[in-house]
Amino acid sequence: MTMPDETAVRLSEEEGRTPPRGRDLAQLWVCGFLVLLGILAIIDASRLGGFSASNDPIGPKPVPIILGILLFVVAGCYALDVLRGGRGEAENGEDDGNFDWRTVGLLCAVFIANAVLIDWLGWVISGALLFWGAAIVLGSRRYLLTAVAAVVLSLATFYGFAIGLGVGLPAGVLQGIL
Amino acid sequence: MDNFNALMDGFAAILTPGNLLIALIGVTIGTAVGVLPGLGTAMAVALLLPITYGMEPTQAFIMFGGIFYGGMYGGSTTSILLNTPGQSSSVVTVLEGFKMAKAGRGGQALATAAIGSFVAGLIATTALVLVTPITVQFAITLGAPDYFAIMVLALVATSSVLGASRIRGFASLLVGLIIGTIGIDAVTGQQRLTYGVAELASGVDVIIVAVGVFAVGEALWTAARLKVAGDDVIPVGRVWMGRSDWKRSWGPWLRGSALGFPFGAVPAGGAELPTFLSYITERRLSKHKKEFGHGAIEGVAGPEAANNASAAGTMVPMLALGLPVNATAAVMLAAFQNYGIQPGPLLFEKESALVWTMIASLFVGNVMLLVLNLPLIPLWVKLLRIPKPYLYAGILFFASMGAYAVNAQPFDLFLLLTLGLVGLAMRRFGLPVLPLIVGLILGPMAERQARMALQLSGGDLGGLVGGPVSWTVYGIIALIALWPLVTLTRRRLARKREAEPVSV
Repeated sequence: MTMPDETAVRLSEEEGRTPPRGRDLAQLWVCGFLVLLGILAIIDASRLGGFSASNDPIGPKPVPIILGILLFVVAGCYALDVLRGGRGEAENGEDDGNFDWRTVGLLCAVFIANAVLIDWLGWVISGALLFWGAAIVLGSRRYLLTAVAAVVLSLATFYGFAIGLGVGLPAGVLQGIL
Repeated sequence: MDNFNALMDGFAAILTPGNLLIALIGVTIGTAVGVLPGLGTAMAVALLLPITYGMEPTQAFIMFGGIFYGGMYGGSTTSILLNTPGQSSSVVTVLEGFKMAKAGRGGQALATAAIGSFVAGLIATTALVLVTPITVQFAITLGAPDYFAIMVLALVATSSVLGASRIRGFASLLVGLIIGTIGIDAVTGQQRLTYGVAELASGVDVIIVAVGVFAVGEALWTAARLKVAGDDVIPVGRVWMGRSDWKRSWGPWLRGSALGFPFGAVPAGGAELPTFLSYITERRLSKHKKEFGHGAIEGVAGPEAANNASAAGTMVPMLALGLPVNATAAVMLAAFQNYGIQPGPLLFEKESALVWTMIASLFVGNVMLLVLNLPLIPLWVKLLRIPKPYLYAGILFFASMGAYAVNAQPFDLFLLLTLGLVGLAMRRFGLPVLPLIVGLILGPMAERQARMALQLSGGDLGGLVGGPVSWTVYGIIALIALWPLVTLTRRRLARKREAEPVSV
């Protein structure tokens, strides 16, 4: 398990290149996203009125346009890199076929539920639901214990932060009770 | 001497029971969050920032100083005991630290990290006190073109110097810059990239981006790979250092601090490079070379000190120039802006008391950490045993709370989730997160400086190049941009000569 001198040095710059596996074509989605952002930026910038004031000769337009063009350039180079087998940081960019869409989807659903309910139910209830739901989705099977933890946590944060430290959290339907 | 007095006033301000309590709370929760696996210092600061919203700026920054050092310290515990660095700057600590823990010397590794962090923190914060006013003196002489050049340097350097892949760094940077342009243009009042969404008019809050990309992204990434990995926590044993441990640690501590601080203070020096350099240096100098790779204490002491010293170093450009060079500094800058305070050369004039109180709180927090952590390490280790479902449910819970607290609008929660999905994709595709955050913060600032420079020159593009400072900085940028060509040619030449692949 000794580590040759160069390995330690090289780790920093060539982390991504060491394991030579096949091309990771899913990375092309990133290029698509970058192009989309570039299009959005340029369309929006072209819509901006080109008025320039005496105190601002270039106006708000050039920056988004430059960024849009750069996005296209980077997307192009990125695509080339992907096709040549380039990868990102070794530890993160792993595609071992274990991407669990179901868990991610459920977690997003729980998260959205909190966003929708927070103003109506208030933080104590929606936050507790968020914690409980997320823990269950992530594999907790002790439903009751999780529920108790969720309620304790949301009550504690509400009293500690909202009432104690003045952080703005909604009381919702429990207004007047808490 | 003026600064010394100001610092003493800062100490006087912090040494009240109420403020000490706040510092204590900051240090404790900073450590607790920093210890949690997968959470780096930046994430700890971003997640905890909202709890300071109801406070006075002074109290908020006292707490912040505590969270900052606490988070730093907590991160090393995770690296040593779990083999999972919470951030790239702890990668090196893992090399020897985890081996030490496996060999039953986890207690010594944690102790040398804790005391090393304290020593480095002390040295680096003192250096901060001495260097920052000088930097401010220099910063006052800079004009808009110089600032623009320095900001471009920081942007280019964070995306290309750090990390494994330049192109991914730039991709991440551009996404951050685009997010930064969303909202009402400060000069003309026109809405950019809002596409009619009223909530976007005021721009996307940095805290929401940081929490979304770091915390929510991490939680989703864990969810996506739930079946893959389970980490084992290694028992610590007694936290204690023998005489030989002390003898072998103090040199690396000092050298690590000396390496770390300057790298942190330079735009885009970062903590990765000095930790690596410190590791290599200690390897060369050590009398126990054979132990390296099997858990050499020098390999923990040096990099941890370098890591901490560079973190303090990043405060110099952050305070003196308003220039964040790592994610933690970026989040702290956002915190300043939240209170309507703009870091930069004028900060020391306008908010002198606040800044010096904050610097004093760094000293106080550092001492508190040492006192707290050595005896409490076994307690922190217990935090590592929180089951994953609770841990990540808790992260989502606090992330939502913090994001909602920024503007009290549910829209931000949807934004948070969107950014979390961006963070998930970045983890999946190996894109570095730091350029995005730095781009988001520096982008609008750089645009403002550029437009100010062009305003002075009456729209002439030559106005973007000012005095010798901007020329020098553009020279450095060119050097960074051309560097891969240089290494490429060297590699090609070497390959020709030896007919076999040679690295670097």
